[in-house]
Amino acid sequence: MNRTRLLALQILVAVLAFAFWHVVTTTALIGDPKKMQFFFSTPIDVLSRCFHDLMGGEIWHHLAITLTETFLAFVIGAGGGIVIGFWFARQELLAAVFDPYVKAINALPRVVLAPIFALWFGLGIWSKVALGVTLVFFIVFFNVYQGVKEVSPVVLSNARMLGMNERQLMRHVYWPSALSWMFSSLHTSVGFALVGAVVGEYLGSSAGLGYKIQEAEGVFDVTGVFSGMLILTVVVIAVDGLVTLIERRLLVWRPGQVTQTAQG
Amino acid sequence: MPETVIRLADRAAMPRVAVHLGEVSIAYTLKGGGRYEAVAPSNLWVSEGEFVSLVGPTGCGKSTLLNAAAGLIKPSSGSVEIFGQPLSGINAQSGYLFQQDALMPWKTALDNVAIGLEVAGTRRRDALETGRALLKQVGLKSFADRYPHQLSGGQRKRVALAQMLARKPKILLMDEPFGPLDAQTRIIMGDLLLSLWQQDRKALMFVTHDLEEAIALSDRVVVMSSGPSSQLIGDFRIDLPRPRNIADIRTEPRFHALHREIWNTLKLEVQKAYDLGEGKDA
Ligand SMILES: Nc1ncnc2c1ncn2[C@@H]1O[C@H](COP(=O)(O)OP(=O)(O)O)[C@@H](O)[C@H]1O
Ligand SMILES: [Mg+2]
Repeated sequence: MNRTRLLALQILVAVLAFAFWHVVTTTALIGDPKKMQFFFSTPIDVLSRCFHDLMGGEIWHHLAITLTETFLAFVIGAGGGIVIGFWFARQELLAAVFDPYVKAINALPRVVLAPIFALWFGLGIWSKVALGVTLVFFIVFFNVYQGVKEVSPVVLSNARMLGMNERQLMRHVYWPSALSWMFSSLHTSVGFALVGAVVGEYLGSSAGLGYKIQEAEGVFDVTGVFSGMLILTVVVIAVDGLVTLIERRLLVWRPGQVTQTAQG
Repeated sequence: MPETVIRLADRAAMPRVAVHLGEVSIAYTLKGGGRYEAVAPSNLWVSEGEFVSLVGPTGCGKSTLLNAAAGLIKPSSGSVEIFGQPLSGINAQSGYLFQQDALMPWKTALDNVAIGLEVAGTRRRDALETGRALLKQVGLKSFADRYPHQLSGGQRKRVALAQMLARKPKILLMDEPFGPLDAQTRIIMGDLLLSLWQQDRKALMFVTHDLEEAIALSDRVVVMSSGPSSQLIGDFRIDLPRPRNIADIRTEPRFHALHREIWNTLKLEVQKAYDLGEGKDA
């Protein structure tokens, strides 16, 4: 399939969806346009609201808050996941003892923690960061643990024969292997950091994109909800693209990475 | 015992013994409990400058014995001595060429070759320079920046060879290093190995299941019986002149005579291992 053709078709889907949306909310095709607009707004309104918001300074402030929370949640969660994952992978007893507890905590739906975090950390950014951390930590933890465990025994023996001591094995063998596993889950963990931030804001805060959406919902401002969602979607796509760039840069040594780069 | 006589003679005039396996036996503890004795108490000497091949049927314990010499596994009984010193832990004076791919996939060919020197404290710039020189020697000058997955099987083996040689180990251990390669590449790799080895003649222990390869390369071919509890059942001196050309040497009458002689010992064991395998499968 030709690349430009594919792109054209992809854009066509969006255009058709917007056109459909426009038609059902401005004509009497399905129901009274007034009613339809109350429930679904109109694409023109949503886009003009987005434009308006982006021109004004306020949305950028909310966006900055959300991205700060996402960044902090990712860095803290990933840092903790790497350290604990490494530690558990190198201490079999520790891993065995804590195994049921790790699984139990991970099985807990994180949303129920949001009110508790609000209580503990207040309504500022830290309760959202905490929620994101509980999501990111486990993904990174499991991947780093696996990465250390899955090091090929032959590569390990070879590294030993090349004279590496434990510390050097960590640096040149375990660490790169763990990192490659972690990076393969980078999209998921960055995504979850953002989810944690937005859900946390939605459930109780005074700033951020999640707050903006919640605020609009509170006054039945459907246009505000949809324009908030649209901005959020664009941010997610942009962050995901950034992650892809980082991934390609760092995992060049991986088989299969080459063809992917060639396609891009 | 004739062995004792040889050993005394070794001490007097001949080169030093690089590797000595003294009554080494190795048993594995099986997962479900129980023990499997792979190698019965065996004696083997490899002298400085000597190219010794270990041949035997698959699963007889060649890798096991080589790993004991490398210090990667501890013998159940007996002792491993390296230049007269009892070995404990990893054998730091030896380099090891593995049968499987053992390069670090996240390092380029050059970094893989240089890493042994770097971890030993050589400045990175110097290590890379040595690495480049070695890659040139194995014919991979322009492949320095490739990652292992961007190289062919034969090229990866060359990188592994350069990686092993970088640290200038006094003893080389090789476990069916050319096993997975095609016939032509094996011959080229064999010639490359001989030309590199010829430069400074280190003690070399070479495991293979290919008798022709063993004869073409070695000074001595040691035959191992089929397991369990394998023993070393033959030790043949290969008096073919050096330097050798692997493809040509196979046409010489002396090569065929040696091949026939050793094969007579080996074929019984191969048959035994085969029968045992059949029995297990049935
Ligand atoms: N880790 C292990 N645990 C149990 N048995 C093993 C292990 N490694 C090897 N063996 C057994 O020991 C015997 C010798 O193995 P190996 O030295 O790899 O043979 P070779 O290299 O001659 O093909 C085989 O029967 C194999 O099944
Ligand atoms: Mg083997």
